[in-house]
Amino acid sequence: MSAPSYAIPGAALPPAAAPLDAPPPRTVNDVLAASRVEEVIDELDRDLVGLAPVKQRVRDIAALLVIDRLRQQHGLDAQAPSLHMCFTGNPGTGKTTVALRMAQILHRLGYVRKGHLVAVTRDDLVGQYIGHTAPKTKAVLDKAMGGVLFIDEAYYLYRPGNERDYGQEAIEILLQVMENGRDDLVVILAGYQARMDTFFQSNPGMRSRIAHHLGFPDYAADELLTIAEHMLAEQHYRFGDGARQVFRDYITRRAQQPHFANARSIRNALDRARLRQASRLFAERDREFDARDLTTLVPADLLASRVFAPTPG
Amino acid sequence: MMTNPTGRITQGQFSFLPDLSDEEIRLQIDYGLSRGYAWSVEYTDDPHPRNTYWEMYGMPMFDLRDAAGVMNELRACRHTFPRHYIRLQAFDATSGIESIAMSFIVNRPAHEPGFMLERSEDVGRTLRYRVRGYAANRPEGERYAP
Repeated sequence: MSAPSYAIPGAALPPAAAPLDAPPPRTVNDVLAASRVEEVIDELDRDLVGLAPVKQRVRDIAALLVIDRLRQQHGLDAQAPSLHMCFTGNPGTGKTTVALRMAQILHRLGYVRKGHLVAVTRDDLVGQYIGHTAPKTKAVLDKAMGGVLFIDEAYYLYRPGNERDYGQEAIEILLQVMENGRDDLVVILAGYQARMDTFFQSNPGMRSRIAHHLGFPDYAADELLTIAEHMLAEQHYRFGDGARQVFRDYITRRAQQPHFANARSIRNALDRARLRQASRLFAERDREFDARDLTTLVPADLLASRVFAPTPG
Repeated sequence: MMTNPTGRITQGQFSFLPDLSDEEIRLQIDYGLSRGYAWSVEYTDDPHPRNTYWEMYGMPMFDLRDAAGVMNELRACRHTFPRHYIRLQAFDATSGIESIAMSFIVNRPAHEPGFMLERSEDVGRTLRYRVRGYAANRPEGERYAP
């Protein structure tokens, strides 16, 4: 009774795979042309200063995915590689930015279906009372399906010394989905090196399920200066005469102070310099400014920083 | 239903078609997501036509991008209620619409006895009609048992 005795025209929809007229890829170039993944990698090279080991690893992963594509053409068994990653590095070294690019690369190569990035921290995964954590974690995982789940400061998930901490529950659900849902999402953990090491020691299951550990090195002063110029150019500012040298000096001094957060500190310093520039121009009520005045940061804007204040004693 | 030659309950979309495969369900979900709908899973073992509100299986799923999340919920619901009716509903939150935009059954019992139309005479030869599911005789949870 349950099976209808009539036929349905066009009931079986064609799979949403690649268009039929495209020939199967035969060379690396074919795959690259079809997926346009090289654009993203070039962009990564161009926009991100330094980070050589990270870029190399991203390139390796992309190469593996491309070759896997070609292997599939020959019917060679290509089990979906585990793409879960761990990004370790000090604050402001570009972990989130690279994660965003990674989502694009994986999407272009067809390893995640939608290519969006869901960035979460402990608060988004762990509940406040018994029975709250599992639905919360699952809801986040559902949102990340088809894309990349980026867990910032992942070591907070595990609180040693508190057996009843709900973080452990979130970790177990994560592990299960990382194992069974490889086709559906890629998990990227991020955090500081030392604390991530402790985290992995307490959660060996997590360590073994993550294939790629990428370390983000600190930036050198020259790299930070280049980054600063990138940031300024994006916002249509530039260094005036001598300001570049002063800022270099600023970077060296700032790096020795506590709570130095690499590129993030640079961004904040530049934002403060913009405020000072605005005040400086604001004081000249009757002057007519041209575009050059409005875009230039002079040494005085930078030298007013607390970093240059003479240290007492 | 009495007039339904297939012996299947026909409620919501696609109900005159053969059951959708998981792949077809996935495509429908993706279509709904591309329109910005929020999906939810509901189940019941009382598919009376006037039973509008079925039990919710979990919360409606907002901000999803891919069908895999909904499919996970559906799989869990099928596991828990293998012989219940399960339907997927897509809620359109657009201001001015704010109602269900898509709804279709994705799980049904193997045998669906259907409904009976009961006639009873009232004063002055009036006829009163009543629709009653054959399966509704049994208590909740035991209907559609094998």
